[in-house]
Amino acid sequence: MVGLHKSEMKNPVVRWIDERLPIPSMLNQEYAKFPTPKNFNYFWNFGALAMVNLVIMIVTGIFLAMHYTPHTSYAFDSVERIMRDVNFGWLIRYIHMNGASMFFIVVFIHIFRGLYYGSYKAPRELLWILGVVILLLMMATAFMGYVLPWGQMSFWGATVITNLFSAFPIVGESIVVWLWGGFSVDNPTLNRFFSLHYLLPFLIVGVVFLHVVALHITGSNNPLGIEPKGPQDTIPFHPYYTIKDTFGLCIYLIVFAFLVFFMPNYLGHADNYIPANPLVTPAHIVPEWYFLPFYAILRAVPDKLGGVLLMFGSILVLFVLPWLDTSPVRSMKFRPLARPFFWMFAIICVVLGYAGAMPAEGIWVTVSQVGTAYYFMYFLVILPVLGKIEKPRPLPESISAPVLRGGGPIMAGAAAKPMEKA
Amino acid sequence: MADAATAPSTGTAPHGSTGPAETRRDFLKLTTAAMAAVGVGAVVWPFIQSMNPSASVLALASTEVDLAPITEGQSITVMWRGKPVFVRHRTADDIKAANDVALNTLPDPQADGARVQKAEWLVMIGVCTHLGCVPLGQRPTDAKGDFGGWFCPCHGSHYDTSGRIRRGPAPRNLDVPEYTFVNDTNIRIG
Repeated sequence: MVGLHKSEMKNPVVRWIDERLPIPSMLNQEYAKFPTPKNFNYFWNFGALAMVNLVIMIVTGIFLAMHYTPHTSYAFDSVERIMRDVNFGWLIRYIHMNGASMFFIVVFIHIFRGLYYGSYKAPRELLWILGVVILLLMMATAFMGYVLPWGQMSFWGATVITNLFSAFPIVGESIVVWLWGGFSVDNPTLNRFFSLHYLLPFLIVGVVFLHVVALHITGSNNPLGIEPKGPQDTIPFHPYYTIKDTFGLCIYLIVFAFLVFFMPNYLGHADNYIPANPLVTPAHIVPEWYFLPFYAILRAVPDKLGGVLLMFGSILVLFVLPWLDTSPVRSMKFRPLARPFFWMFAIICVVLGYAGAMPAEGIWVTVSQVGTAYYFMYFLVILPVLGKIEKPRPLPESISAPVLRGGGPIMAGAAAKPMEKA
Repeated sequence: MADAATAPSTGTAPHGSTGPAETRRDFLKLTTAAMAAVGVGAVVWPFIQSMNPSASVLALASTEVDLAPITEGQSITVMWRGKPVFVRHRTADDIKAANDVALNTLPDPQADGARVQKAEWLVMIGVCTHLGCVPLGQRPTDAKGDFGGWFCPCHGSHYDTSGRIRRGPAPRNLDVPEYTFVNDTNIRIG
């Protein structure tokens, strides 16, 4: 396969490059002609939105890093300087701060989309696993980013979360000292968190690239959860889905801008505008909202190691989900029994989030325990069993069939070609 | 692929192994891989170790406290290794309460005598053994929990007048640091 690429590009300059480095051809193939199921709903916007959000976070982050000082004596003040003195510093920081929340909103919807429509099932297991890796990296990045302003919540959040590792027998304490680079969360900790907070987003970019490559091998899932049977079931990505994604992007940006300009601190905690004090713990430590369900799982059991294992387990169980769900039917649309369990699961996740924000006492401990039990039951018992006993509704013959009367396989011949050109 | 090609020839060679399963090439591959693993480990180790506490952090590892100004019933907090250390001048009631507990009722059984060098001076690291918050109870106005000692507001651990865990998620008693009485009214922690 040595020799110039046979380019179809019209522009001579683009053609000259394309023959030597066929990136224009690749983009044309994967983002313009790319055959995509024609029945996407708006839930299929969220992958593209997540990608845009990642770029926003990296760009604002790079500019914030130009003004931030990762030292315990200066970090808090440098963030205040960004807010008050740096030109448009307030805007860049508020975009970055709320961008983290928007990123998790988008990604959580993206994940629940996958759960509802069975996007994790064969042949997309690896695509799903790469997504879970991205989620883990995002969580680590968000956690370390929250430490950087060196407010009270930064400091005590870092203390509580790094102390999770002390739950492991024998090596736990050494791991924590190693993570800290000292005997408490201090300057060495802040320094390394800044370094890693800058590094991890680029690792995310790398894994996102693999995620997209894997997606372009298997093709997208769709709301019916059946594979396209031919060109009559697909449309080219451009202009159909580029425009649909653009519309979704506008809505997303309106919500984002509303948060940034009208309620920039709504999702944060006032305590983080108090400089870190290693001698005083705030009365009520809570993580950022996107960690609350996991925090509730952590606190659900009175045993320290048990809580830590359950919390890590709640993410790790997602890795094996493709093999836990035994049903061959992807979309919940055709799974009358699984659907209510799914919605129950979604509600439970929200309830866990609420319980995570409440003090760990009284009724909230019970709520967290019931929620945690259901969370794991859903993956480890309900989905494996339902696949065996459920009688799914009949699947449509093809993506076109339910839309076009008398469509389906019969159309595959003559009608297919004009459809593709359209 | 290479093994398959070489296996028959070494099998017939005078110094070769007997079966096609083990060849000198396998041995070379294994030793090369083992050396590579050792090499990678040797290169990674300095980087891992660089994240452990540095010499300057370790140099700050001891601190002296003057006990003379602390009146009976009073507590002070000093910083040691970036952590708060609680020093309480215990009253006779505190000591009695700490000694009156049956050890087998404690989650982490430890006699009060094993936690102090002089009964009136309780010195311990003021970090909850659950997830590292600073328990309340140092100031007279603080909540002291149900056992008259300390109370961690984060996840509700109650400590008694000897700093032992009595109720809540914390797995261990508050840690006692290494310290020595330099003289009657001075201690060195660390």
